[in-house]
Amino acid sequence: MQFEYKVEGGDFTQAGHASSQIKKSLKQLGVDSSVIKRVVVALYEAEVNIVAHAYRGVIYADIESTGIKLTLEDEGPGIPDVEQAMRKGFSTASHAVREMGFGAGMGLPNISENADNLSIETVVGKGTTLRIEIKF
Amino acid sequence: MKVKEIVDLLSLKVYSCEDSLQGEVTGGYASDLLSDVMGHSKEGQVWITLQTHKNIMGVASLRDLSAVILVKGFTPDDETVKLSVTEGVPLLGSDMEAFELCGKLYEVLGTQK
Repeated sequence: MQFEYKVEGGDFTQAGHASSQIKKSLKQLGVDSSVIKRVVVALYEAEVNIVAHAYRGVIYADIESTGIKLTLEDEGPGIPDVEQAMRKGFSTASHAVREMGFGAGMGLPNISENADNLSIETVVGKGTTLRIEIKF
Repeated sequence: MKVKEIVDLLSLKVYSCEDSLQGEVTGGYASDLLSDVMGHSKEGQVWITLQTHKNIMGVASLRDLSAVILVKGFTPDDETVKLSVTEGVPLLGSDMEAFELCGKLYEVLGTQK
């Protein structure tokens, strides 16, 4: 089962839409609720990252019998230092984004803690692609 | 303890879902950082926060929280109330500060066990 969602940078009103849809699909498929929770955390954070940092992006979700593969491709500033970005508390979010309670430097660490596999490809000035895999 | 009992015991305002306050409250989580709540809250908890924008309802629903309580008399945005209704997660409020509200909530939940 494959899904595709478009995400606009800066549009917090739609943030979480893809996560909500995927959660419903996984529930319908009878996936274990502890696994659904992990998928939801990882996907929500990745979705918010596109809204908070990139210009636009696309989320591809591929649900198979053994697990879910999420690919989040964005056009954006890229991440100059991935190791630093993975550190808890490190954030480059704007003041406005922080005031909303986002951008506390917990996004990527949350994704990493909940994913079975996480890979980040990023080119400064072009964009970032996140690949998240969670097994059922 | 049901959401309705907490509303009555702590004299909370009910901004939405007045007719569906039957969810079971398993505990509470206090934070104004959405990623913190996303990563660490547990199903059935009520979330105490001063954030009022609609994304709080998205997080509450995704995490299967039992309700959200706004502190210090903060009122929710219209969009927040709407999403609360759509997702069926009650949105509540209090004039108390977070510290006081958490203390009272801890007390009433504690007597249940």
